[in-house]
Amino acid sequence: MGNEAIAEGAIQAGCRFYAGYPITPQNEIPAYMSKRMPEVGGVFIQAESELGAINMVFGASAAGARAMTSSSSPGISLKQEGISYIAGAELPAVIVNIMRGGPGLGNIWPSQADYFQATRGGGHGDYRCLVLAPSSVQEAYDFMFPAFSLADSYRIPVMILGDGIMGQMMEPIVKTLNPKPKIPRKPWALTGCKGRKPNVAKSFYMREGDLEAANLHSQQKYQAIQKKEERYEAIGLEDAKVILVAYGTMARISRSVVARLRQKGKKIGLIRPITLWPFPAEIFKKLVAGRKRPTLLAVEMSYGQMVEDVRLAAVDGKLPVEFLGRAGGGVPTEEEIIKKLGRLR
Amino acid sequence: MKKIYAHPRSLREVSTHYCPGCGHGTAHRLIAEVIDELGIRERVIGVAPVGCAVIAYDYWDFDCSEAAHGRALAVATAIKRVRPQNIVFTYQGDGDLAAIGTNETIHAANRGENLTVIFINNAIYGMTGGQMAPTTLLGQKTATTPSGRKADGQGYPLKISEILATLPGVRFVERTSLISPPEIMKTKRAVKEAFLNQINNIGFSLVEILSPCPTYWGVSPKDSLAWIENLLAKEFPVGRIK
Repeated sequence: MGNEAIAEGAIQAGCRFYAGYPITPQNEIPAYMSKRMPEVGGVFIQAESELGAINMVFGASAAGARAMTSSSSPGISLKQEGISYIAGAELPAVIVNIMRGGPGLGNIWPSQADYFQATRGGGHGDYRCLVLAPSSVQEAYDFMFPAFSLADSYRIPVMILGDGIMGQMMEPIVKTLNPKPKIPRKPWALTGCKGRKPNVAKSFYMREGDLEAANLHSQQKYQAIQKKEERYEAIGLEDAKVILVAYGTMARISRSVVARLRQKGKKIGLIRPITLWPFPAEIFKKLVAGRKRPTLLAVEMSYGQMVEDVRLAAVDGKLPVEFLGRAGGGVPTEEEIIKKLGRLR
Repeated sequence: MKKIYAHPRSLREVSTHYCPGCGHGTAHRLIAEVIDELGIRERVIGVAPVGCAVIAYDYWDFDCSEAAHGRALAVATAIKRVRPQNIVFTYQGDGDLAAIGTNETIHAANRGENLTVIFINNAIYGMTGGQMAPTTLLGQKTATTPSGRKADGQGYPLKISEILATLPGVRFVERTSLISPPEIMKTKRAVKEAFLNQINNIGFSLVEILSPCPTYWGVSPKDSLAWIENLLAKEFPVGRIK
């Protein structure tokens, strides 16, 4: 199951601390971790709340462990304060959001309406999470490896953005096993100050200029990430007249639409962002610079969040950008997408 | 000549920002002395609060972490679980531990985490300008209770230490004060026991220290000691609770 693949992938990637709280549709993650963590000598805590859990992740990460928490939309809202602190203290952490319908208590059906929350901070202050969006159970497993290593190498929070369908569906996967995960040295970690000057994990800078300097340092990190870490998948772009843009579960559905319409001879393609932040703007810049003028159709389980990044990347309307979305637990179907395509231009 | 008194190794030789008569300076020093006497400076990881002591890590000379307001016990729980060989303590005010942090406090205590908790109770929120704290006394005037705290509307002073003492996971709870040299020495003894309990794997140990805030009680530093003796300690009696 997607949720279990995420948990096992994390273990294989070296995660040895998990704190979480039950919330549907990700309950399989804490349940799996409660059994698996002790097997690898790690720590599992069912915290008193989602915000207790994220603060535990802060502590575990400050102490040098690969630490993770998971939740679903309302619980991720609770974690925003902690994520901001993690970003401000430059700690590595992995946060999994298996999105459900919202806002508020919403329902337990899938959603992609937390894109803004994931990519635009979510918590207070100028910071970014690196956001990975798997679209299969295989990717749910595989992405945990770059999630932890990117978190460690940049010292940032990394978010895995899934949804209720992806978390709950079952697919066979190939498991890369990593019995002895290599964790990088962390000289900044809190381990007791033997043989060195004391370390402090903090995000608080009251002296004039210090906070600005700390922020500039973080901004440089984010710029480096934007240069080097964009990931996406592209299908059928060479001769496409229309290009679907979708991620996660909507990318699976869009992929079926592309296959169906290609069989009928329609020139249609798909761009699937894999990193949502940094958004893969490069591929769009290439399209804008090219001679063709394909129409982009963003498809989301929301009322239009990723589409704003598509519009930004399509550089002020140089390429036409259309949108189709449903939210509140509704999932756009292949038929709805095909119908919308028929109404374009 | 034998040296019988010196600046503690675990306390940096800097001036603090605390007000005249504030208890934080004394409390920080007692903790530093205890850590030095137990020889654990290189094992200790402290977790600082949000409040006047938010920069306690600038005054102590060992590994420290900040924590979001109220979350110190969640942060400390994780540090200790990941690194049980380290000695992990939190230093928290009344708002941090018993208002915004109540959930983290009660559940860390209920899980019986092997932690040392130093709880500074000065019945007010100092850093933000003297607002009501959960331990503010009935009738006490604060920035948010201008005509004095009333039970009807603001509730009663919260005896969080007594509440925590009811939990089976909690091993040691003592309330002390800083009003005189003998009381300060009792505080040091309690703090030492709370650290020894962690070293000896006995479990969750909390010392509540009644501490003066002359600035926001509206009294002189000298009168703040009598304020504790005659008012605060009547509501929050000193002594061993568990």
